[in-house]
Amino acid sequence: MNDQMTIRLDERSKALRRTIIRTLEAGQRGHVGAALSLVEILRVLYDDVLKYDPRDPRWSGRDRFVLSKGHGCLALYALLADKGFIAEAELSKFCRSDGLLGGHPEHHIPGVEASTGSLGHGMSIALGFALNARYERAAYRTFVVIGDGESNEGSIWEAALSAGKHRLGNFVVLTDYNKHQSYGATADVQDLEPLVDKWRAFGFAALEVNGHDVAALRGVLTRVPLDPSKPTAIICHTVKGKGIAFAENNMAWHHMNKVTAQDAERLLAALEAR
Amino acid sequence: MRKKSLDMVYELAKKDERIFFIGSDLGVGTLDNFRTEMPDRFFMEGVSEGNIVGMAAGLALEGKIVYVNTIATFLTRRCFEQVVIDLGLHNVNVRLIANGGGVVYAPLGPTHLAIDDIAIMRTVPNMTIVAPCDADEMARLMPQTVDHKGPIYIRLGKGGDPIVSTDAAPFRIGRAIPMVTGDDVLLVTTGVTLKLALEAAAALKTQGIGATVLHMPTVKPLDAESFLTHARRADAIVSIEEHSIVGGLGGALAEVIAEAGFEPARRFKRIGIPDVFPHGYGSQATMMAHYDITAERTLAVVRELLALRPARTN
Repeated sequence: MNDQMTIRLDERSKALRRTIIRTLEAGQRGHVGAALSLVEILRVLYDDVLKYDPRDPRWSGRDRFVLSKGHGCLALYALLADKGFIAEAELSKFCRSDGLLGGHPEHHIPGVEASTGSLGHGMSIALGFALNARYERAAYRTFVVIGDGESNEGSIWEAALSAGKHRLGNFVVLTDYNKHQSYGATADVQDLEPLVDKWRAFGFAALEVNGHDVAALRGVLTRVPLDPSKPTAIICHTVKGKGIAFAENNMAWHHMNKVTAQDAERLLAALEAR
Repeated sequence: MRKKSLDMVYELAKKDERIFFIGSDLGVGTLDNFRTEMPDRFFMEGVSEGNIVGMAAGLALEGKIVYVNTIATFLTRRCFEQVVIDLGLHNVNVRLIANGGGVVYAPLGPTHLAIDDIAIMRTVPNMTIVAPCDADEMARLMPQTVDHKGPIYIRLGKGGDPIVSTDAAPFRIGRAIPMVTGDDVLLVTTGVTLKLALEAAAALKTQGIGATVLHMPTVKPLDAESFLTHARRADAIVSIEEHSIVGGLGGALAEVIAEAGFEPARRFKRIGIPDVFPHGYGSQATMMAHYDITAERTLAVVRELLALRPARTN
């Protein structure tokens, strides 16, 4: 496994990050650190794993995807625009009164299944999607990305108990484990370790992966479920602020306000230097 | 009322494959017929209300109609954010069947007393709140919950509640039901307090005081039009509810009255639980008596208010 700190980003990963930075600049604010850790997870999901039709976002056969850590939406919006769910022009209206896209994803946005933002909700909603697929004998799968800070919520573990009990092989939970939450390191604020063991104890087939290693992510995500008789948990080891040297693991970059054009240029320059 | 409600979930589910049921950790044997005959639509998910409500929202977003059942306090307080976001914001077809609205669980103490459930649910946009008065009214309500758009909070009484409703007027979600009419005072109820109001109205009649009893099984959306029509004819208005006087039916009516600009002003009083945590145990009946939610108290309040009435000018 490549180290998530040292792995080099390819042009597609950089291009998605440029979109995130431009969107951040347009809204002059956003959870940039939490979005940058997500890019490769979402990229691999949307490029190689999920079934969907941007021309028919509610196509019944689509795989369901829920970004339960809704504050990472800048990365989701970059993918939704890239795939044609939403117009590129919407990105430049981020957080504006006349825009479609705000600081957390909402279910009226094409390609967004559920409104998230308050942590600890999306996984239970996604569990409902997965149970519906089982009942309908539908082939779609349900993927949900949760955060490590979000994993402090009791409702995450309530949902984990349920998913484990139902042995939902069509349900995949990915943790964006960037090891940082708003106040500080997860190890200090609310230690999650041993995280992979917890998921296994809740009845999941679980493994760990470098969440910035596109090939490794592709290798794992294209062979889920890991065990057809269990839900899958994938712990994605990531870096908060990945790709911007001065933002990486820097709590000041969890959420930024009053982002200026100069700030955006500084971020873009740092991205190219990486 | 509870048995009727759950029995009807079973009956409705037999006819409609969109209907799912989720319980928390209900009494052994609850809806066994549903579980055995339709096991793939029956879930018992344990004491995890937040997850249950979210899961119900997910199923509802997929087109299912999900009936969720547990104790009222745990459906309102514990998982309030899931109710607001997952149900209200998404405006999904989830029906929360809440056991023990009011002081039904008096012997179990304050953790189980749902004296604020209506107030809590009233703050949630898209939420419909219904509190039937008896099993017959529950039977009229339940079929209407199937195709109703958006989440519904269904407040249950104790069970075995005396039958006081009639089918003289059609039951419609969102519509108030005038039970008896009279010109002096308007008594407004929701849930099981209808019985008290009818008793009070009968007693008032013997004293030459005409009372209208307006039953409002739907507290939200409030049938303000019907209420105002009856309020205009009355000199005094009294709300009677098995709920805190803060934010429930009486609170909702107070808002309507305040904005109606009656000339002269209508005298108004709320009968309900004062703004306290109820103290002590006993039964639903003794708890209601302790807080003066009675026909006798209603009579006294009516007499006080009518003594204050000014000469009518409109």
